[in-house]
Amino acid sequence: MATRLSQSTIRLDKPPAILEHASIVGKKEGDGPLGQEFDAVNEDTTFGEKTWEKSESRLQSNAVNMLLDKSRTATSDVDVMFAGDLLNQCIGSTYGLRELDIPFLGLFGACSTMAESLISASLFVEGGLASKAVAVTSSHFCTAERQFRFPLEYGGVRTPTSQWTVTGSGAVLVGCDENKPKIRAVTIGKIVDLGITDANNMGAAMAPAACSTIKTYFHDTREHIENFDAIITGDLGKVGSRLLCELLERDGINIRDKHLDCGCLIYDFDQQDVHAGGSGCGCCASVLCAHFLPKLERGELKRVLFCATGALMSPTIVQQGESIPGICHLAEITEN
Amino acid sequence: MNLTKQEYEKLNQKASKNTKSYITLPMAFLVGGLICTLGQALMDLYSTLGFNEKDAGMLVSASLIFLTALFTGLSLFNVLAKHAGAGTLVPITGFANAMVSPALEFKSEGFILGLGAKMFIIAGPVLVYGISASIIYGIILYLVQVFAG
Repeated sequence: MATRLSQSTIRLDKPPAILEHASIVGKKEGDGPLGQEFDAVNEDTTFGEKTWEKSESRLQSNAVNMLLDKSRTATSDVDVMFAGDLLNQCIGSTYGLRELDIPFLGLFGACSTMAESLISASLFVEGGLASKAVAVTSSHFCTAERQFRFPLEYGGVRTPTSQWTVTGSGAVLVGCDENKPKIRAVTIGKIVDLGITDANNMGAAMAPAACSTIKTYFHDTREHIENFDAIITGDLGKVGSRLLCELLERDGINIRDKHLDCGCLIYDFDQQDVHAGGSGCGCCASVLCAHFLPKLERGELKRVLFCATGALMSPTIVQQGESIPGICHLAEITEN
Repeated sequence: MNLTKQEYEKLNQKASKNTKSYITLPMAFLVGGLICTLGQALMDLYSTLGFNEKDAGMLVSASLIFLTALFTGLSLFNVLAKHAGAGTLVPITGFANAMVSPALEFKSEGFILGLGAKMFIIAGPVLVYGISASIIYGIILYLVQVFAG
């Protein structure tokens, strides 16, 4: 049984394992520093479809199918699937996964959705409600641009704080296995809003939420930073990463030596024109599956915190002058 | 979190870099100037071909709009605009791109509710307030003429 340590943090006493993972990204991500590590890089960002929304659905369905192939799992063996994306009504997931015939729970946590789905899948497996569960998210640069910003061909100028939505998807299969990486504890984040209204500065909007969740985890578990190899944030980018480190330092927590941000890792800042870094719920999903989970499997990392952050906004509410609430969910992952 | 919104905004201001205006302003000036030079060259060309000043001016506008639409469709306009900023936005090229780019983007939702409805999504406000301002200007001018005799 899981042990509730506080309002937010749950320790998983029968820790579920990440049995398998799959990642697929687009061309730009394939050209980035992690290009060789993804399971598949698709040069054609349409993924063979006629509209961008269908492309994202295809991307997500390809990721899940690849996951099932890699793990030699039949769809009938998966008890539940948690999935999400950035599109209205989560159509990336619903249209992508509608053929799979697996019980489906759709989630929205903006860019934090990978941690949200991973936590949900882990809790289901730990509680004995599912023997195998899938967690998957995706994002696509072109669908995000047309929903949140401008048409692709519009000659606008991006601000230095803006982030580039990753075209990518990551999927994990959660179950029970002694020798695979384990989810040991989770902290469910609270919504934090420190008044950022600039939709082109989501790193700044999300950093306070990341600070709150990380602080809560260390408080609840009485753990120490020294016991971790890496504290991985979702996609705070350059601006949000700097703010997170500064905010935690004000509370006496120094994570600078351990902190890695998926939004900063996925692109090359010098060669690729991405301003403050990558974003989108495919960002930390694909980086987790391609970069961090293999390192945990090989024993190069022993214990990490995976903290995916999300900006819970829509263009409509931001246009109405509201500020942008942030969220961050955390999962502690160990090598086995 | 023991931090007020004002204190966080100060941290944010320090962390969030501004646009490098020492690069963007000269680029906008240069590209905007080059577009206007092209316009003038076209004007001279059309005048040489025998069009009067009014017709030549209209042909220049139509030519620049056509070229912008073409370059937008070829995915080249946004590459130039990224570096040019207001240099491509302010001349008629910016307006043409603001019409053509949503037309291309939203044609996937059909010709009526996609292309037709979304075509004005960026340029619409320019039309609304541009036309409104010209009407107000016209009324003021009329009243001035009436009262000033």
